[in-house]
Amino acid sequence: MKALFKYFKGYGKECILGPLFKLLEASFELLIPLVVVQIIDVGIAEGDKAYIVKMCLIMVALGIIGLVCSLTAQFFSAKAAVGFSARVKQALFHHIQGLSYSEIDTIGTSTMVTRMTSDINQLQSGVNLTLRLFLRSPFIVFGAMIMAFTINVKAAIVFVVVIPLLSVVVYGIMLLTIPMYRKVQNALDQVLSRTRANLTGVRVIRAFSKEEEEISRFEKANHELVGIQTAVGSISALMNPLTFAIINVGIIWLVYRGAVQVDQGIITQGEVVALVNYMSQILIELIKLANLIITVTKAVACAGRISGVLQIQSSMEEGAYDDKGVSDAFAVEFSDVSIRYRNASEESLQGIHLKVPKGSVVGIIGGTGSGKTTLVNLIPRFYDVTKGTVRVDGVDVKEYRYHALRDKIGIVPQKSVLFTGTIRSNMQWGKKDATDEEIMKALEIAQAKEFVLQKDGVLDAEVAQGGKNFSGGQRQRLAIARALVKRPKILILDDSASALDYATDAALRKAIREMEDPPTLFIVSQRTASMMHADQILVLEDGEAAGLGTHEELLKTCEVYKEIYDSQFKKEAKGGEANA
Amino acid sequence: MRNRDIIKKVLHYISRYWGLLILSLVMAAVSALLALVLPILTGDAIDMIVAKGQVDFDGLSKIINRMLTVIGVTIIAQYIMNTCNNKITFDVVRDIRREAFDKIERLPLSYIDAHPAGEIVSRVIADVDQFADGLLMGFTQLFTGVLTIIGTLVLMFRINVQVTLIVVLITPVSLFVAAFIAKKTYDMFRLQSETRAEQTTLIDEMIGNEKVLQAFSYEDDAMEQFDEINGRLQKASLRAIFFSSTTNPSTRFVNSLVYTGVALAGSMTVIATGGALTVGQLSCLLSYANQYTKPFNEISGVITELQNAIACAGRIFELIEEDPQIPEAENAVTLHDVRGSLKLEHVGFSYVPERSLIEDLNLTVKPGQRIAIVGPTGCGKTTLINLLMRFYDVNEGSIAVDGTDIREMTRKSLRTSFGMVLQETWLMNGTIRDNIIMGKPDATEEEIVAAAKASHAHSFIRRLEHGYDTVIGENEGTLSQGQKQLICITRVMLALPPMLILDEATSSIDTRTEIKIQNAFARMMQGRTSFIVAHRLSTIREADIILVMRDGHIVEQGNHESLLEQDGFYAKLYNSQFET
Repeated sequence: MKALFKYFKGYGKECILGPLFKLLEASFELLIPLVVVQIIDVGIAEGDKAYIVKMCLIMVALGIIGLVCSLTAQFFSAKAAVGFSARVKQALFHHIQGLSYSEIDTIGTSTMVTRMTSDINQLQSGVNLTLRLFLRSPFIVFGAMIMAFTINVKAAIVFVVVIPLLSVVVYGIMLLTIPMYRKVQNALDQVLSRTRANLTGVRVIRAFSKEEEEISRFEKANHELVGIQTAVGSISALMNPLTFAIINVGIIWLVYRGAVQVDQGIITQGEVVALVNYMSQILIELIKLANLIITVTKAVACAGRISGVLQIQSSMEEGAYDDKGVSDAFAVEFSDVSIRYRNASEESLQGIHLKVPKGSVVGIIGGTGSGKTTLVNLIPRFYDVTKGTVRVDGVDVKEYRYHALRDKIGIVPQKSVLFTGTIRSNMQWGKKDATDEEIMKALEIAQAKEFVLQKDGVLDAEVAQGGKNFSGGQRQRLAIARALVKRPKILILDDSASALDYATDAALRKAIREMEDPPTLFIVSQRTASMMHADQILVLEDGEAAGLGTHEELLKTCEVYKEIYDSQFKKEAKGGEANA
Repeated sequence: MRNRDIIKKVLHYISRYWGLLILSLVMAAVSALLALVLPILTGDAIDMIVAKGQVDFDGLSKIINRMLTVIGVTIIAQYIMNTCNNKITFDVVRDIRREAFDKIERLPLSYIDAHPAGEIVSRVIADVDQFADGLLMGFTQLFTGVLTIIGTLVLMFRINVQVTLIVVLITPVSLFVAAFIAKKTYDMFRLQSETRAEQTTLIDEMIGNEKVLQAFSYEDDAMEQFDEINGRLQKASLRAIFFSSTTNPSTRFVNSLVYTGVALAGSMTVIATGGALTVGQLSCLLSYANQYTKPFNEISGVITELQNAIACAGRIFELIEEDPQIPEAENAVTLHDVRGSLKLEHVGFSYVPERSLIEDLNLTVKPGQRIAIVGPTGCGKTTLINLLMRFYDVNEGSIAVDGTDIREMTRKSLRTSFGMVLQETWLMNGTIRDNIIMGKPDATEEEIVAAAKASHAHSFIRRLEHGYDTVIGENEGTLSQGQKQLICITRVMLALPPMLILDEATSSIDTRTEIKIQNAFARMMQGRTSFIVAHRLSTIREADIILVMRDGHIVEQGNHESLLEQDGFYAKLYNSQFET
């Protein structure tokens, strides 16, 4: 929480004035019963009507001042809370932009989204409520008690008993129920996940005719939820009756002690009325305070989580090199590269050597988890190597400024994501000022032109969040086009043609090779067909190079490659010949 | 759905608990009225203590005894009321959730496919909760509120008519103020929530795809967009929060005017009538004046809550009353010893009436034949599977298994005679064992292991810490896509149904493992009618019938050789694999 205090800077005035005005309002509120005492003991007792009118005017005046004070307070608190949370949000968003892939992996994207949205919203209402009530409620509670003491010490002793007793009941019930509410939440999550599972897995469940079974499993979760809810309910149902009893028994006690004092002539009847009034004021404020404490506890927890993210520093340091690189060097060069992910027990890549001349095609093949994606992610420096160096255009990637490096590279990740907007706006991610002509050219190469032309509005066709209104294959082709719009020097297709059939995949590769000034091309795939014609193929197994060479060379020398190839081609090749 | 219909349905649910409901209402009435009696008794008590030496201790203790009785009865009534309300709320929620879930299990696939899972889940979870809270709590609050108001008025009129009239006349002002502010702030709140939604979408997309952002050096643009929205949100929030927070101070001010009015008129009356209105009665009127306005403020809050609750209820009932899938005929046949012959006659189908997808499809499959479905990405291959499994009903024509129309047999017997492995793997919450035995719950350990060995899943399952008892969570995070697919294959290998549907069943498995599974598949398909969707032509070539699909239509039908001879679309697809 402390780490976030700096975002209050500039709202210092509001943070002080808000509670202060609230306090003023409360003080005026506490004066009202005293005025009523005067009306009863002086005005009524002496039959002085003018005095009563005067006192009533004072009450109206107190009301007006109170209104002005509290409006001022509300404004300052709202301004401080909203301003504070807007700043925290901005700081957090900017901070996340500067994190590297390692940190993003560690935190997880859904966590980051939660921090940015619901956590900050809760923090905002927490701050707002705190500024408004944190001083006011205790002030009223203790103020009422102190005012009671100024009237009569002996009668006021009742307050000393009632206030702690009320606090014990209110906070005791809170303490008992808060952990139980957490259990309720867990049980509700169970019900939720059963429901969700039955929607996402509807085909499987129906294919196996498991509907009845699922209903009885849901029923069990549903039943558990009701059980816990009832248990919590029966405890929190005590809150109202108990507080009601305490306050009213307190009032009886107060009246009785007051009666004794009045009988001895120590206090007046009007003062007894005032004491009773003060007692009634306490309960409302104590309950407000209890709610406030719940909100504040939640807000502090949110603040802790938010500052947790803000404290995470990027594990990479940006270089300063802004230049184009050495012109006659290799496009990409790996020398003795190893990387171990954070929290991982083993190296994901070990001792990789690879030299890629400009304009050439490299295939990277291997089973799932062999390190293919890891390898290409090192080129735009999404992760830092733990050993060795990766050079792009002859310069260590660590020396580049991020933009200078990444602008050279177009990468199409496995999971293709599109963004809300139009096809054009998505295409312009690669190049802000890309013309329609450039975009159409990229779409053509990516084999996407045909279906884009069929869309209503063509380039202005809408793209829903995540590109949900396109099929998997279409999304992949659009993602490829987006990378091509950039006219990158290096193009990396990370298994990004997996949803394409062979024909489209082949046409795509052909079109890329036929571009003028074609990019250095990295093809990551499990299919040998996709890379048979590459200038060199790197075969990975368990993070190590199992072979490097052309298709023909590897077939002779690399057992792993041969196995992969055979698994995909042997029968077909034979079959093809037989049919030819 | 009109509000009146919704309320009728709600009453129908609650009517099951009419006994509890009546008890709750009676208790609410008792506690509300008794709570009103207390100030009168307190006033009486104060009248017993006039001045020094003028305290009637006997009268006082009688009143105190009465007060204690009232307090005792009130807290018992309150507790019973709270418990009843809890019971009704939780049970109604449970009933509604049960019905909603039952409906989910019986909804036609077309509904589930057309509605995002999140939306249906939020109806079952969030809407039901909000409905319960809002409606039932709102209802009791409304009831006690109205009772309190009426009770207060009656009691106040009995004490003094003129003073009460002041209260009755001024109080509505506070309601007008509240309503006025609510109306004025409505637009501000809408602007705030719209802007917030806009920001959440941006956060979702940008942070959710942070890696893509960084790959395209899009961070600065994202920050710019974010800051712009953030600024707008800050302004909108400040306005909405501040202006809405003026409600409390304003109504409090009006209330203090009421209070002053009572003090003024009351004390004047005390003087004028020479004690016909006592000081104790005045203190009683004052505390009523304080209490009287509270239920008004609560009621205006309750009414918005009720409206919200009715809207939620509407959404839930919409789901519950959605048309279920066509129920099975009473004399529906249960299939026994399925041989696996299939006949599709003049089948026509479309998801939306405007776009016909399958037209006049005829297909005869003999038991044990292998049917491959091929075509480019997104050509509608899965549509055919939807029809075979009767996830969707045909619009025209008929599908028959072993000579019986599938609409004349039980869904269960149709679906369990198919074994299905889909490209999109889905595992239910539970252990790996639970998932494997879905199709054959009484399988022995040996059978499970044998099936897992055949699908090559055994070796990785064995290496997991808890082996077959490893629990798979909702997001199945611990298993790779390929491993999940292996488990799905094991599921079918264990159940060994007479017909098979394999939709890209090995798409996530690396080719070396795949080739090993293919052998097991081949054994399994022996003598079983199988439908196979695949990219890999080696699998397709061996099929007895190949259906070639394009843009949702079946364009060619025949075996490998005859299709190659036709030199049509299939031939083009086949040859492209070897093209360079």
